[in-house]
Amino acid sequence: MVHKKTGALALVAALLLSTSAFAQDKRVVTWNADYDPIPLAAAEAMIVDFEAANPEIDVVLTNFDHEGYKNAIRNFLTADAPDLANWYAANRMRPFVEAGLFADITDVWDANGLNESLASSVLSSTIDGKKYAIPYTYYQWGIYYNRDAYKAAGIEAPGEGGVTWEQFLANCETFKAAGIDCVTTGSSALWPVAGIFDYVSMRTNGYQFHSDLAAGKVSWTSPEARAVFAELGKLQPYVTANHAAIDWQDAAAIFVQNKASHYVMGNFAVGVFKEGGMTNDNLGFMVFPEITAGVARAEEAPTDTIHLTSGAKNPEDAKTFLAYMASADAQTKWNAAVGQLPTNSGSSVDAADPFLTAGFASLSTATGGIAQFWDRDAEAEYAKAGMEGFQRFLVQPEALEEILAQLEATRLRLYPM
Amino acid sequence: MTQASDTVAVAPVGRSRGRLNQRVIAPWLFLAPGLFMFAVYVLWPILQSITLSLYDWNGLYNQDGEFTGTFIGMGNYAELMVDPAFETSLWNNLKWLVLYMLALPIGLFIAIFLNQTVTGIRLYKSLFFFPFVISQVVVGLMFAWFYAPNFGLFYTMIEWFRNDGAWIIATPFFLLKLLPLAIFVILIGRITFWAARNAPSRAWSNIGFLPIALLLVFAWVMSEGISQYYQSAWTELVASFAGKGIAILADPDLVTYGIIAAGLWPQIAYVMILYLTGLNNVAPDQIEAARLDGAKGWRMLWYVVLPQLRPATFIAVIVTVIGALRSFDLVSIMTNGGPFGSSRILSYYMYEKALSEYGFRMGYGAAIAVVLFAIMMVFISGFIWKMWRDEKER
Repeated sequence: MVHKKTGALALVAALLLSTSAFAQDKRVVTWNADYDPIPLAAAEAMIVDFEAANPEIDVVLTNFDHEGYKNAIRNFLTADAPDLANWYAANRMRPFVEAGLFADITDVWDANGLNESLASSVLSSTIDGKKYAIPYTYYQWGIYYNRDAYKAAGIEAPGEGGVTWEQFLANCETFKAAGIDCVTTGSSALWPVAGIFDYVSMRTNGYQFHSDLAAGKVSWTSPEARAVFAELGKLQPYVTANHAAIDWQDAAAIFVQNKASHYVMGNFAVGVFKEGGMTNDNLGFMVFPEITAGVARAEEAPTDTIHLTSGAKNPEDAKTFLAYMASADAQTKWNAAVGQLPTNSGSSVDAADPFLTAGFASLSTATGGIAQFWDRDAEAEYAKAGMEGFQRFLVQPEALEEILAQLEATRLRLYPM
Repeated sequence: MTQASDTVAVAPVGRSRGRLNQRVIAPWLFLAPGLFMFAVYVLWPILQSITLSLYDWNGLYNQDGEFTGTFIGMGNYAELMVDPAFETSLWNNLKWLVLYMLALPIGLFIAIFLNQTVTGIRLYKSLFFFPFVISQVVVGLMFAWFYAPNFGLFYTMIEWFRNDGAWIIATPFFLLKLLPLAIFVILIGRITFWAARNAPSRAWSNIGFLPIALLLVFAWVMSEGISQYYQSAWTELVASFAGKGIAILADPDLVTYGIIAAGLWPQIAYVMILYLTGLNNVAPDQIEAARLDGAKGWRMLWYVVLPQLRPATFIAVIVTVIGALRSFDLVSIMTNGGPFGSSRILSYYMYEKALSEYGFRMGYGAAIAVVLFAIMMVFISGFIWKMWRDEKER
């Protein structure tokens, strides 16, 4: 027997109950991110803090796999846009800005005084005069060195002022004789060697030339560009053999096992080194040595950013969250947990961490400028062509003319005069 | 089929109309779902890719959902003609196509080897088939570790071989160097022997001693030289082999061959299973008849067994060609296109240009896809023509 009346009563009760859930009425802000486990925990802690301060807003974080995110973002920005999305600054966000998929948030910058507190990141967040990103973290690049490897080769470890370029190369010769790789890198994913190239370029010719090179404004066959390759060629014999077949993590293993003495890397690698057994005693950091005397020191500090999407369903609350992420306290907390540097000049850095302190000092005094890394300063296709050229030079330095010719041909095709 | 004559000759009346529907329309109705799926999921994407290759598009729609590409006609193809990376990809694809065919004879021989009724042969068959069952990504990862410098098995084997095991190669070479001396000694011996046979014993006592004397003098002269020669030749030979291992995936000339070797492992397993099935269907009476006629070994294989394996070979060739042209997983996992693009193949280049992290050129990727499609169409047309011809003959 069908109990129609009971059934109807039950249905109405269920409907009422469900609407009462809506009656709690938290406005939802959706956020798509691609965090590794440690930053993810820090982001969730930040959400908890934000929701405590703003009880009527519920921030829902959807985390993607880091590499898969780079493909997924092209789809979800059109198909099912979240309110907020992670991405990177400078030319890396240009395709999405030009397609109108990231929203203009100049108003958030102006309303919260971010032009002053995030001054170092204004240029990288701006395209065509409008701002599309909120930078919340960056990390320094530099040379990490292994004190135990120095001891094994019988060389004195670099002091406070680092070493000069000539001394560095001379040390490399001694390391090679001792069977230790002077510089290790794993170029199978291409980007690690771009770090080395960027530094040699910025130290040889300065930030402006390097920036023009990344923008395709200067020729690869110009004397300045050739000078960069000449200096890189001095380093080439001391780079780990067969680096084209290994990942940066494999190279980190070589570094940790005292088989290599230097690693040009970003600060995120410190966690990996420490997991491999290195401590603050045997791991050292120094800025890349000066090559051309008198060139203003520029540093690499890729910035991670968060963006408001054009298809956002709740832009108002999303902007509140963006303002929170740009604030000094939130940035201090997030970066302390992750071990990176806050972009807000009012934030503080953990004084106990020698690498963060050294990085903060190095970036604050970088009078030459702050580069975003080759694959963000240069447009995607040009960046890839460049990185392949750098990798090839480090494997086949004798093919320099062919490499330069190919890079120049790519440049002329992408940026016709 | 005799449908056409039926519909022309017989006027459809009453029950004949039902049978007409059965004969003419029913097959189409049965084919319809399959044709629909094929049209939607195969033909339509092909047409779309060809259309896309005429545009310059970065893969994004703007916020209103509008297409952001611009029409450039044959511009992408013109650029492909002069692109060095495209040329590298074409050559690599050719290497893949040719070397992947090795899977056929190797698979055949393993299948013949496994085609015996020995206890536990099924276990061996399963073990040989195992590489095909595991994912290509896993195969790629394992081979990448196998070839990896410093800790890879292949690398350490080559290094051991070059340093401690060099004598294995060096000894035969060294013995070859002693060959002229050995020939001389044997020649002297034979001359002496002949001289001893033809000449009477008195002549032997005169002539026979002469070569021996010469030999002794010669040996005395050489003995000094030999020991020094031995030493220096030996050291020189061993030293010429010594060195570090070879990192296959870091060497732009060897990387493609390394990846092909990795790809052959599962492919051989696949072909082996096809041939095992084919061998089960070989007619035993023909084998008996051939054996009675005195065929064995190679002749038996070539003239009796292989012709019966034609259907299996046909399928194996199709599968191998498609596998060779398509193999994306291995290149992507092992080298990401190789040291500065040396191991690129068309399918990976297409992905790089359209879908990868630095790839925002959908139109260009589509053009590469169309070229790959054209190459595949050559083979597919060949196969379909052959299958159609076989069907007609029935």
